[in-house]
Amino acid sequence: MSLLHLAIFSPFLMAILVPFFYKGLRSIHTGWFVLILPILLFTYFIGFLPVTRNNGTVEKSFDWIPSLGIRFTAYVDGLGLLFALLITGIGSLVVLYSIFYLSKEKERLHNFYVYLLLFMGAMLGVVLSDNLITLYMFWELTSISSFLLIAYWYDRERSRYGALKSMLLTVFGGLSMLGGILLLSIMGDTFSIRELISQASELNGHPLFLFALILILLGAFTKSAQFPFYIWLPDAMEAPTPVSAYLHSATMVKAGIYLVARLSPIFAFSSYWFWIVGAVGIFTMFWGSFNAVKQTDLKGILAFSTVSQLGLIMSLLGAGAAALHFDALNDNIYIAAVIAAVFHLINHATFKGSLFMVVGIVDHETGTRDIRKLGGLLSFMPITFSIAVIGAFSMAGLPPFNGFLSKEMFFTGMIQLVDLNIFNLQTWGMLFPILAWIGSIFTFIYSMMFVFKTFSGKYQPEKLDKKPHEAPVGMLISPIILAVLVVLFGLFPNLLSYSLIQPAAAAIVPSLVEPGELLSVHIVHWHGVTTELLMTIGVIAVGILMYLTLSKWIKLYTLFPGKVTLNTLYDTSLYAAERGSYTFTKAYMNGFIRTYLVYIFVFFIGILGFTMWTEGALKIDKSNLAPIGVYEIVLVIIILAGIFTILFAKSRLTSIIALGAVGYTVSLFFVIFRAPDLALTQLVIETVSVALFLLCFYHLPKLNRHEERMGFKLGNLIISLGVGTVIALMAISSHSNKMFESIASYYVANTYKEAAGKNMVNVILVDFRGFDTLFEISVLAIAGLGIFGLIKLRLAKKGGEADEN
Amino acid sequence: MEILMSIIIGALFASSIYLMLSKSLLRIIIGTGLLSHGAHLLIITMGGLKRGAAPLLGEKAASYVDPLPQALILTAIVISFGVTALFLVLAYRAYQELGTDNMDEMRGNEAND
Repeated sequence: MSLLHLAIFSPFLMAILVPFFYKGLRSIHTGWFVLILPILLFTYFIGFLPVTRNNGTVEKSFDWIPSLGIRFTAYVDGLGLLFALLITGIGSLVVLYSIFYLSKEKERLHNFYVYLLLFMGAMLGVVLSDNLITLYMFWELTSISSFLLIAYWYDRERSRYGALKSMLLTVFGGLSMLGGILLLSIMGDTFSIRELISQASELNGHPLFLFALILILLGAFTKSAQFPFYIWLPDAMEAPTPVSAYLHSATMVKAGIYLVARLSPIFAFSSYWFWIVGAVGIFTMFWGSFNAVKQTDLKGILAFSTVSQLGLIMSLLGAGAAALHFDALNDNIYIAAVIAAVFHLINHATFKGSLFMVVGIVDHETGTRDIRKLGGLLSFMPITFSIAVIGAFSMAGLPPFNGFLSKEMFFTGMIQLVDLNIFNLQTWGMLFPILAWIGSIFTFIYSMMFVFKTFSGKYQPEKLDKKPHEAPVGMLISPIILAVLVVLFGLFPNLLSYSLIQPAAAAIVPSLVEPGELLSVHIVHWHGVTTELLMTIGVIAVGILMYLTLSKWIKLYTLFPGKVTLNTLYDTSLYAAERGSYTFTKAYMNGFIRTYLVYIFVFFIGILGFTMWTEGALKIDKSNLAPIGVYEIVLVIIILAGIFTILFAKSRLTSIIALGAVGYTVSLFFVIFRAPDLALTQLVIETVSVALFLLCFYHLPKLNRHEERMGFKLGNLIISLGVGTVIALMAISSHSNKMFESIASYYVANTYKEAAGKNMVNVILVDFRGFDTLFEISVLAIAGLGIFGLIKLRLAKKGGEADEN
Repeated sequence: MEILMSIIIGALFASSIYLMLSKSLLRIIIGTGLLSHGAHLLIITMGGLKRGAAPLLGEKAASYVDPLPQALILTAIVISFGVTALFLVLAYRAYQELGTDNMDEMRGNEAND
């Protein structure tokens, strides 16, 4: 346990304290106490910057389950530190914002901050774990805390629906990922990511490699809302806005990105990785931005925008995988894609966080998030408007904001893929820049919608619940800080180059970094008239044109059949699964005991018959048989007669007596088979049993009257004959397959010598195997007590009915 | 003799299964009675039949039948008696409470759907 571990666990410890603050100090908003922690953590993690600058790492470890090789290794390198700073930094701002957003009187603040701190700790654990099992543990903890946060207003039906949906999808992905982790650990015989990376080339040829790759990507794609798993993210917008800003734009959805980046050194040599990550990413980027335009809810726009931007980062990570195949090149152009991914990751966290906060302010001050009701807020909320403009223009990729730089780098990465001559890219490579370009146009359109539909146009006071006014200062601090960062990183991108981006990129492609060297990261605004710049100009030109004519072509969306969506697929498949399992269970669990007995016996016949048949166990050995005497034949005839009487008797009394006859015949068999004790016991017990039968049923008057013969059923006959045949065959075969001698000779030799008795059966019962007898006595005692209880205890009887006996 | 016994045991099992698949509670219990007879006979048959004297040392015989299956059956008889007795009283009480011994009528209430 080190200070680093303490830092990871501190949110959990803080979460324990939160309810005490909440109950004990009601006059102060609980958020103020919580705020201290992320700020402290942020400054603590800033302290690691000098180490990671030169690609150095910090590692602290302690044993968790040493017998299984599971250590909790906390590991700080460029990538982990970048995420840790995002989590704690934006975490602080979100906590600050939530203090003003959530009312002290109306909300259950202790729940909120406990969940939020759980999430923060879990997220820190994900990004700072070197051990895959601890990573998985924290990963699921983020799913759970996200579930709790989405359903924070649990009395709303939509919140519960969204929470359940995100839970089902992310846990599905999480479990797939666990499968992938286990496969990886089987291949590499370790849970440590760095040890796995060091044997990346051996793992590559392993037969399980592809399965591990796909399973892990399933986990990353569901968490990061990639196509087709993005559907949970728009529904997660039911959460309070600070949660949306924190989890569903800046941190949790980037856990999948983190996973892909972290495991790139293991998987990126595979062409599958390049294709799946790159293609899914670019399609998600296009699809998300395309769908964002038709949203009318501000948070809906931002949700689809997040999906789209995550797809953008994902596609860049896919393109970065190409870098590994060209390490011979002096100037590896594909590394640029990795750098762009890291840069956009930071940018997206800044501008998307601020935009969500803007939506929260608008919602808070007007009472709605519907862009059809909003408009003309510019004069009421100038500061909010400025922040929205900065964030949205950065999102659209306009200069001088940071989004412009990363969008340019994105285009560079995508264009370079066209030149790529591996992975059969010659034919399909063109699709990457084309989809990227179209996606960017839609990004531009919805960014403009976000700003201008809200803040400009006609003010519609009759549609608003409240009179809009500027937000309180406290609520504005966080978005202002983020917006300042957007501008700052836009104007001076190289502030980040060597402090954050270079170490993070180096962690994604470690094999390309010579020891002691640094990747060259230099981000410039103006690099001449390149294709990228022309593309950006095209995006802006076409985007403005399309935005101005929006009302004309927005009807296009109605052309798509509204029912053919992934949401419908999710809902119907969930419904079908529920209905299907209900129908299935209802069909075979019909409540009739006969049906269940039929299942049991059919499987009995099937399994035993099949096994005997396939194993060739059927055998008749006539050499070792006892002779058949006259008495036996007579007894056999009596027993058969008894059986048939039972089966065909009309009266129950006859069957009971016939059962007694069979029992006495059995005791006669025991006589013939030289078993005096058995014969005695059998006689007595059969007598008592028959008496009990008669007592129970003969004295029930109603039952006596409507007596009838047992109905004949062919199915029952076949099953019972089948069971009888299997038993008979098994008996014959096992008698014919004697493996070794009985241990009877020991009892014969020692019954008198050791136990001083001459009746071997009795000596076995009370001496050699006395324990059996003890518990058999217990069985009888329990049965007796049970019978007593059944007859005496009549608790369920209501109204004091008279007992029948 | 063992083959003949096996066939008889098979017949006992078949008839007991047929009874168990019927609707009447009494027949089901009769079926379990037949089933335990079948099982007891199966145990003693598998131990080998009629090879020597009864397992009493006083007989001073050269060979005795195997005493172990007999001890097992004795235990089994007592246990099956206990179980049968409990079943009988349970059936008796079920009849008293429910007024039927038809298994189909004893189906639990349908779950609300």
